[in-house]
Amino acid sequence: MSENTIGKKSLDWVDKRFPVIDLFERHLSKYYSPSNINIWYLFGFLLLIVLVMQILTGLWLMMNYTNTAEGAFSSIEYIMRDVDYGWLIRYMHAGGASAFFALIYLHMFRGMMYGSYQKPRELIWVGGWFVYVLLCAEGFTGYVLPWGQMSFWAAQVIISLVGSIPYFGEDLAIWIRGDYIVSGITLSRLFAFHVVLLPILIIAVVFFHILALHEIGSNNPDGIDVKKHTDQDGVPLDAKPFFPYDITHDFYALGVFLLIFCTVIFFFPEGGGYIIEYVNYEPANPLSTPAHIVPSWYYTPFYAMLRAIDFPLFGLTAKFLGFVVMAAGIAIFAALPWLDRSPVKSIKYKGIFSKVFLAGFVISFFVLAYLGSVPPTETKNMLAKVFTFLYFAYFLLMPFYTRFEKCKPVPERVGDTA
Amino acid sequence: MQPKSPPNPGRRKFLTYTTSFLGIIGAFFTAIPFVSAFKPSAKAEAAGAPVKVDVSKLLPGEMMTVEWRGRPVFVVNIPEENTNFITKNLERLADPDMDDPSQPEYAKNEIRSRKKGIAVLTGVCTHLGCAPKYYPEAKPEDFDSNWQGGFFCPCHGSKFDLVGRVYANVPAPTNLVVPPHFFEKDNLLVIGSDGVS
Repeated sequence: MSENTIGKKSLDWVDKRFPVIDLFERHLSKYYSPSNINIWYLFGFLLLIVLVMQILTGLWLMMNYTNTAEGAFSSIEYIMRDVDYGWLIRYMHAGGASAFFALIYLHMFRGMMYGSYQKPRELIWVGGWFVYVLLCAEGFTGYVLPWGQMSFWAAQVIISLVGSIPYFGEDLAIWIRGDYIVSGITLSRLFAFHVVLLPILIIAVVFFHILALHEIGSNNPDGIDVKKHTDQDGVPLDAKPFFPYDITHDFYALGVFLLIFCTVIFFFPEGGGYIIEYVNYEPANPLSTPAHIVPSWYYTPFYAMLRAIDFPLFGLTAKFLGFVVMAAGIAIFAALPWLDRSPVKSIKYKGIFSKVFLAGFVISFFVLAYLGSVPPTETKNMLAKVFTFLYFAYFLLMPFYTRFEKCKPVPERVGDTA
Repeated sequence: MQPKSPPNPGRRKFLTYTTSFLGIIGAFFTAIPFVSAFKPSAKAEAAGAPVKVDVSKLLPGEMMTVEWRGRPVFVVNIPEENTNFITKNLERLADPDMDDPSQPEYAKNEIRSRKKGIAVLTGVCTHLGCAPKYYPEAKPEDFDSNWQGGFFCPCHGSKFDLVGRVYANVPAPTNLVVPPHFFEKDNLLVIGSDGVS
């Protein structure tokens, strides 16, 4: 009992100087989430855990990594062979990158399916999109660091994309590389981005993303506004506090996730060449291009778009157009809140067109992901064009089909049948 | 108590604007070292000096790769029978007349070189910078059933003829770049300099 008093006293002492209790209540024990949220609402939590894991493993890798063209490749081998458990830390980091993207794609799809980007959650969505863009940059810069063949040529291909910008592109590419070709100079600046600049930005934007979410609260699979019906204390009736209810579900999900994750990193650490490419076990050689350059699996849909554009248009070169289309494929997610004119949020109550186009989007995403990972042929290039078109159709036709289709009525309360 | 408006609002405004303006100028000049430090360093620039190559041992049909500015430069000895073909395959090329300035003025001829039979090409695909592979023989290949010899980029399927001119309808927008070069002696090629003209 006396311990309890000391504990209580110290808490009081701190709380008068820093709002611990208020923060705990506002973000955990009195932060309410809708009672009908489902399995799709677990990925945000898992993403946070993966972020922490990447920072931790990254820090440990950095202690043994050398960021020079001469030393990078062998320092990775040193980590793998000579550092105790170095192999595990590296596999966690490489596998963690893939897990990060797998989870963020699921997390984004949840938002698209249930219309979570709609008013008033536009900034939550845009913030999350920005995290995704930063993550793409983080993934790319990290991929270059082992300085294997695929690292080198991926850097070569991606940076030379900038060179396709009319007028000043070539100078800009040299400025970014700090050299006439990708070299040790490029490697060490990408390293600086990977370990300092981008992680700081990612953490900051994730913080804003969560802050914005906690201001408005989660959407739910029915798109019902749970804040409309509250009890006399202002507590939403169709909701429950995040702590302890949601967090227990989240920890259970974490257990399942770790089971899968550990199976991968212990038994299939290279993921059949998808997590770590076999070509990357050869040191970088600027004079020899690998027969088949592929990006990591999580960029392949956009890579397929880049390759699909092989014709010049409006006086712009095919190369520049391909770059623009690829960038647009990533950028267009940010416009979703303003493209969707539907009166309802969730796909459950949207009309047939929304369902068909969302299905079309998912199919085209997977087909493009496949096409971007195999060598190009004429047929595959044609397919890539068709599915790039279908991909963009989901976004660009959205203002029309969401406005004119017939939606089902949304129930007033969770559990109601409209 | 409400703060009163300053006694001389015009003066206050003037000071605000001039201070902001000077601040922006300061920020601009502060950015200069940061932007400049990103450019190729003196060392990287020095590594871009010309290289000399002896081409006397290069047999007809053979290609050698020379490194200049860290990039591969392809030096090809084009066999006699293929020089005829170079002038015949023009309808499949995107820019057979070499209107795009991807070669020095002195190489804007049908062999794209200073010397007949020796092609000097930067081995960097003009699409996304992969190194094209050399397929010298005119025979059907997987990527082209009517292949006439030249370069094929394995990354995205761009095709070039033996003197590096790009085919139409491939991702690469322009012909392979001909680096500045000259022959110091008959068989001594210098890459990276136009020589004395």
